[in-house]
Amino acid sequence: MTTVRPSPAYALPAFAFFGIFAALPMVLVVYLSLTAWDGLGTPAFLGLENWSRLLTDAAARESLGRTAVFIVLTWAVQTPVALLMGAWSAGRQRNRAILSALFFIPLLLSTAAIALLWQVLLDPNFGLPQSVTALQSIGFLGDPEIALYTVVFVVSWQYIPFHALLYQGAARNIPVVLYDAALIDGASRWGRFWFVTLPQLRYTVVTSSILMMVGSLTTFDTVLILTNGGPGTATRIAPLYMYDTGFAGFQMGYASTIAVLLLVLGTALSLITMKVTRFRSMQSQQEGQ
Amino acid sequence: MRRRFGTRLRAVGAVLAAAALAACGTAGPGAGGGAQEPVVIWALQDDALNKIEQDSINRFGADRAKLETFGNDPYKQKLRVALGSPQAPDVFFNWGGGNLKEYVDAGKVADLTGLLEANPQLKSAFLPSVLDGAKIGGKHYGIPMRGMQPVVLFYNKKVFAEAGAQPPKTWDDLLGLVDTFKAKGVTPIALAGSQAWTELMWAEYVLDRIAGSEVFQNIRDNGPQGWKDPKVVEAMTVLKGLIDKGAFGDNFASVGYDIGGASTLLAQGRAAMHLMGSWEYTNQLSQSPDFVKAGDLGWVAFPSIAGGKGQAGTVVGNATNYYSLTEGSPQLEAAKEFVSTQLTTPEYVKALIDAGDVPAVAGIEEQLKSAPNAEYTTWVYELAKNAPVFQLSWDQDLPADQAEFMLTQLQEFFLGNLTPQAFADSLANRA
Repeated sequence: MTTVRPSPAYALPAFAFFGIFAALPMVLVVYLSLTAWDGLGTPAFLGLENWSRLLTDAAARESLGRTAVFIVLTWAVQTPVALLMGAWSAGRQRNRAILSALFFIPLLLSTAAIALLWQVLLDPNFGLPQSVTALQSIGFLGDPEIALYTVVFVVSWQYIPFHALLYQGAARNIPVVLYDAALIDGASRWGRFWFVTLPQLRYTVVTSSILMMVGSLTTFDTVLILTNGGPGTATRIAPLYMYDTGFAGFQMGYASTIAVLLLVLGTALSLITMKVTRFRSMQSQQEGQ
Repeated sequence: MRRRFGTRLRAVGAVLAAAALAACGTAGPGAGGGAQEPVVIWALQDDALNKIEQDSINRFGADRAKLETFGNDPYKQKLRVALGSPQAPDVFFNWGGGNLKEYVDAGKVADLTGLLEANPQLKSAFLPSVLDGAKIGGKHYGIPMRGMQPVVLFYNKKVFAEAGAQPPKTWDDLLGLVDTFKAKGVTPIALAGSQAWTELMWAEYVLDRIAGSEVFQNIRDNGPQGWKDPKVVEAMTVLKGLIDKGAFGDNFASVGYDIGGASTLLAQGRAAMHLMGSWEYTNQLSQSPDFVKAGDLGWVAFPSIAGGKGQAGTVVGNATNYYSLTEGSPQLEAAKEFVSTQLTTPEYVKALIDAGDVPAVAGIEEQLKSAPNAEYTTWVYELAKNAPVFQLSWDQDLPADQAEFMLTQLQEFFLGNLTPQAFADSLANRA
C-alpha cells in the first residue's frame, strides 16, 4: 500500500525562513569572524587572526569564566526550586492553584521590566536597603564580589516559574496508579516524591536543564540593564563582552568570533547533556506501555 | 507525481521571486527620485529638542525635509550601520571630534569648508572654539545645532551653608571639603559610578589641570602610546587620593545617572557636590523643581590644582552637537541649504534658549539675560566662550574601540582594582 504524502514543496516556506533567518546569518557570522570590520566600508579579510587573538585575550577568558560560573549557579539554584514548586503545584488543591498563580507572575513580566525593577529595588540610596537596615552594608550591584550573585538571583527569580510550569505539566502526567501502589507499599510522602515523582520527571529535568544552560549561556538583556557588566567588569559575561566589542567598540569581526564561539559552546553543551543523560534512549517508565 | 512536484516547486519559486523583487522595489527609493525626495535628518530623541527641530524643518518647508529620531545608544549603532549602506540619512546629528573623524576617514561626510567660506555671516555666527569641534584635518564637517554642554561642578547651597563651607576654588579646598562633609555624615561628592562616563569627567579635568591639554591631544592624535606620559600617572595619583579619601562615599559603584540616582542625592542634600554636564541644570529643573526654585542649586567651574600646568578656564564636555551631511547624498544641495539657513534663525536660537539650552551662537548675551534661568545660562555662556580650550569628552574624541576599553579600565581604577601606573600601562600597551 502506498501512502500519499504531501509534496515536499510544502516544506519550502519553512526551509526558506530557516535558511534566511537562521542558517544564513550563521554563515555570515563565521565569515565575519575571519575579518576586521568596523561597520563602515568593506570587511577586510584577516584569516585566523581574530581566533588567535581570542586565545590570548584575558578579558575574553575572564568573561567565559564568569559565564561558566553563571551557568552552574543558575542551574543549581533554579532546578531544585523549580522542581519542588512544580511538583507541589501539580496538586489539585484549591490553595495550591491560587498560590501557583501568584508564583508564576514573573513569567508575565518582560525581562527589561524585571531588570529595571530589581535595579531600583536594590539601589543602595533609594531602594530596599534604605528601609531594611540589615541590607545596608551589602553592595548588591556595587560590590564586584557580590554583583554576579545578584544577577544569578534575578535571572533565577525570572525563570523559576517557567521551569516550575514544565515540571507541573510533567508531574500531572504521572499516572495515579503509581502513587496508589506506593501508598499500599507504605511509602511516606517523602518516599513517594523520591521514588515516584522524581524518577518520572527525569526527562523533564533533562529538557529543563538544557533550556537553562543554553539560556544562561546567552543571557544578555538582564545583565545589560541591571549592571551593564559592572561594577568594572565583575558581571561582564561572554554575551555582554561580545556586545561591548561589537556595538560599543565597533569591532564587528572580533565580536563575530566571540559569537561563533558561543554558538559552538551552546551546541556542544546541549549535545553533551543529551549524551550524558542518554536522552536518545528515552523509554517509558511504565510497564506494559 | 514527479511532474506535479516540479510545477508546484516552480510556482513556489515564482512567488518567492516576486516577493524578493517587491522587496527590492521598496528597498531602494531615492536613487532616481530627483528633487522631490525630502532631506532625511537623523537626530536623538529628546522631548524638548525634537519640537524645536521640527519647527526649523517647518520653516524650511515641511515636505522638503523629514526628521527621524532615535534613542542615544541605539542611535550610534544605527548611524554606523546606515552610513555603511546606501540607506544613509542626508543630515545626521553627531558629537564632532574623533567620533566624527571615523566617518570622515571612511569618506562618508561632506566637506562644508566651502559652504562656510562662501557664507562668512554663517561662519561668524558661531563661537569659533565650538565650530572647531567638528573641524578635522583643517576642514569643517559639521554645523553646531544646539547648546553647549561644558562639565560643571554643581553643589547644594543649603548643605554648604549648614556646614559653613564655601565652594572650592582649588583642589586643596576640595580635599578640605571632603573632610568637612564626611564629619557631617553627608557624602561629599555624588558620583553615578555605575556609568563610567561620569567617572571620566573627573579624569578629564584632573589631567587637564595638571598637565594641560596637550597630553590628551597627543593620545588622540598619535595613538595609545601617549598614555605613557608620566603626567597621566601623576594625574591619576591625585585623583586616587580623592577617591581613597572617601570623597564619593562607599556605594558610588551602584549609583546610576540615567535612573536619577546621583542627581537626587544632590537635590535631597545627601550629597554636597556633583560634577556633571551643563544639562544637569535642566535635569534638576524637571526632576527636583523645588530644589532649583529655592535657589539651592549652586555651580562653579572645576577647581584649579596648585602647581599644575593646565590653563585655568579650560573646560571639558561636549562642545555642542552638530549636523553633518552625508557625502554622496542625492539631497546634498538641499541639505546644505537647510543647515546654512535654519540653524541661526532668531526663532531657532530663541527656542533653544527658552528650553534652557545655551546655543553656541555669538553675541546672544543680551538675549540670554532676558530669558528664564538667565543667571545660569549667561554663566555657562561666558564659561564656554572664554575657555582657551574646549576639550571634547574623551570617549567621544577617541575611536570607539579605544574609548570602550578606556571606560572599562577607568571603572576598574575607581574600584581600586588598578593602580594609576597599571591604568596608564594597560591603556598604552593594549594590543
